Amino acid sequence: MTLLAAQNLSVRLGGTDILSGITLALEPGEIVTIVGPNGSGKSTLLRALLGLISPAKGTVTRAKSLSIGYVPQRLHIDRPMPMTARRFLSLPKRCTDAQAMDALTRCGVADAGPRQLADLSGGQLQRVLLARALLNQPDLLILDEPTQGLDQPGEAAFYTLIAEVRRDTGAAVLLVSHDLHVVMAASDRVICLNGHICCEGAPDVVREAPEYRALFGAGTQGALALYRHDHDHSHGPDTPHEHGPNCDHDHTPASAKKAAHV
Amino acid sequence: MFDDFLTRATLAGLGVALATGPLGAFVVWRRMAYFGDATSHAAILGVALALALSLPIGLGTMLVALAMALTVSTLAARGWAVDTTLGVLAHSALAFGLVAISFLPGVRVDLSGLLFGDILAVSKHDLAFVWGGAGVILALLMWRWQALLTSTLSEDLAHASGLNPNRERLVLTIALAIVVAVALKIVGALLISAMLIIPAAAARSLSRSPESMALFAILIGGLSVLAGLQTSLHFDTPAGPSIIAVAALAFTLSVLIAPFKSR
Repeated sequence: MTLLAAQNLSVRLGGTDILSGITLALEPGEIVTIVGPNGSGKSTLLRALLGLISPAKGTVTRAKSLSIGYVPQRLHIDRPMPMTARRFLSLPKRCTDAQAMDALTRCGVADAGPRQLADLSGGQLQRVLLARALLNQPDLLILDEPTQGLDQPGEAAFYTLIAEVRRDTGAAVLLVSHDLHVVMAASDRVICLNGHICCEGAPDVVREAPEYRALFGAGTQGALALYRHDHDHSHGPDTPHEHGPNCDHDHTPASAKKAAHV
Repeated sequence: MFDDFLTRATLAGLGVALATGPLGAFVVWRRMAYFGDATSHAAILGVALALALSLPIGLGTMLVALAMALTVSTLAARGWAVDTTLGVLAHSALAFGLVAISFLPGVRVDLSGLLFGDILAVSKHDLAFVWGGAGVILALLMWRWQALLTSTLSEDLAHASGLNPNRERLVLTIALAIVVAVALKIVGALLISAMLIIPAAAARSLSRSPESMALFAILIGGLSVLAGLQTSLHFDTPAGPSIIAVAALAFTLSVLIAPFKSR
């Protein structure tokens, strides 16, 4: 049973083609990471999958009674609104204290409940957002650059947490990574996006790679992996281009023109 | 008991505070302070139109305030510079309203009453209007409370939770138009947004949750009405400005004691 699928999805925003010809499917329990350069339409794709924007072409289909937990790219916490983490978990659907405590504990922020959201660190806030997303037992977690603004250990710890959540709840995970090359090691698939799907494949686990160890030491406990791929083709209409070995997307001139690199 | 002008004034002021407390909290959270200004200044234009067309003044102000609020939120949604747009609209509404009133032949309008309120001249009919309006606003806010908070915090989160942030914004816009019509007689067009913002801002440093901030705002607004009216009576000062002056003192006090409160 496919949880969520996009068929030949195209999105136009303000007269510009942001995404064209996206076809993907998410199966229960899998972790899919989307990478891509700035402006490649990663967030737009998530928003289209969530139904926040309507596609110009193509369809998004969801499994019946699919429950999605969404963690936004960043929650800008405004000082003017007093809001404890506990109160935040009850928005918009109220939860019991026991449910709130359970979700916070699972996300490693058991004592955050009575604290103001604005007083939490970036990593703590992301964990509270994840706790809120877990409250209605999601079949699918969608996270938009959840580790943006976290340092490498923070990022690794957050990825470890997501992998644990997947293991414990069986929820599928779709997340956007801001890094083109270093992704969550537990990813089953990595999709490289640049207006269209450039390529996809499994990440190489880099825990043991000497060049990686030299860079970051062993401090990430294997939570991060390298996604090896080459951006070896251009998309200009007049530019003949080469393709990587796993590249199977549509290369007709019309779609290539639309998918020009930004 | 409604025969005493001071009782009527007190009850009317408390009715306004009841509505402006929670609504003002949203104005503060959403940084809509100037938005409130534009809407309430448009009330003057509403009075002029109501007089010219022989409509009830409450209805005229509510309609024009609603039109102004919808215009502003539409322009803002289309990416107009909100700061400039609001500045232009707020002051033009005020200017056109004052000009329009001067054109009305044979109508003697108490201009100072429109600008600064005339709470001591509140009739039983006005009192019913104030409490009716406040009741509608409170009911609207309580009905949409969870959805309003969620979409104020993050429109994306609200959307992903199956809510429609545009609809919640419309709820606030309508509530704002009603509060303008209700409060015009009490504190006047120039001070309506003060009644929205100052009690809520004073409540901020005392509160740890959105609910307590809304309640504190009602409390501070209500106390300002009581103390302001007494001040007005004893020192023969204008009532509306006295109420706002007390609220401003309460705000100063809240800012001063905030650092001593443990967070």
